[in-house]
Amino acid sequence: MHEMSVAQNIIDIVLQHLPEENSQPVQVVTVKIGKMAGIVPDSLEFGFQVIASETPHLENAQLRMEFTPLIIHCPLCGKDFEINDPYFICPDCNNTNVEIKSGTELQVTEIEIDDSPQEES
Amino acid sequence: MSVITIERKVLEKNDQIAQKNREDFTANNVFTINIVSSPGSGKTSILERTIEHLKGKLNLSVIEGDVQTDNDARRISALDVPAVQIVTHGGCHLEARLVRDAMENVDLQKTQLLVIENVGNLVCPSNYDLGEAHKVVVVSTTEGDDKPIKYPNMFRNSSVLIINKIDLVPYLNCNIDELENNALQINPSLKVFKTSCTTGDGIDEWCSWLESQVLK
Repeated sequence: MHEMSVAQNIIDIVLQHLPEENSQPVQVVTVKIGKMAGIVPDSLEFGFQVIASETPHLENAQLRMEFTPLIIHCPLCGKDFEINDPYFICPDCNNTNVEIKSGTELQVTEIEIDDSPQEES
Repeated sequence: MSVITIERKVLEKNDQIAQKNREDFTANNVFTINIVSSPGSGKTSILERTIEHLKGKLNLSVIEGDVQTDNDARRISALDVPAVQIVTHGGCHLEARLVRDAMENVDLQKTQLLVIENVGNLVCPSNYDLGEAHKVVVVSTTEGDDKPIKYPNMFRNSSVLIINKIDLVPYLNCNIDELENNALQINPSLKVFKTSCTTGDGIDEWCSWLESQVLK
């Protein structure tokens, strides 16, 4: 269960990107998660909500997870293949020396901030 | 609503600290391995056998990671090898920062081989670079031959595989060849050793390879 630590890292990165003197709430945090990134989505969602709810500007932020497939590249064929099981073998030529092209990503990609004018209280 | 594009790796902070660790290891000519496995695969036993073989040939230091207790550091200290214990208090993996803090208590200048024994867990430690030269994944025959395909990340991210407890194979429903093949399908470049800490089988081969890597 390293998702709590991952969630803390996500929030730390988001805080570094908030505009200065920003008091507007973050609505959505988008992360890109590879199929083989070793992340359990429900655990990450839980960890994110727990930490965000106690973090200024992120109290109501939602986590949007975009998943990327596991794609391998065969240098011999020059082709890319999406694979479902973690057998790193070229389906065309059985070459085992393939590269992972995508599917291991774990990135914060963007945030959405509610910058509509706030009513003065 | 305004959108701010970020595009940053979530674990970049860990990677940056791991890189600093790696630079310190290189500057001091320290060869570092990070041993990972499920709980109970025999990481500490392999380390004890390794120390018995390499003591007197190489200067070793050990960083032990555990959720609780300093039992493992005491086992290593009993062999007269300096050992620093990291207790994670529930944390399921070591991070580069924890290793960096522990390094303050390791005499890098007097160390040729630094062994980091990670917390027993086949999932989380695979994502965290500690600055090591190699991740060494240990799987024991009691765990079954399908472990690699159940936990592919760890086997993909390691460069060495030790199949341990081979002396128990006659009593188990575990096919070692199948286990090795499963691991090699995930990572064909894995260097594979087969060991028993009880009989000592395979320990020579593992230690010879390790020594050759340190002295390279």
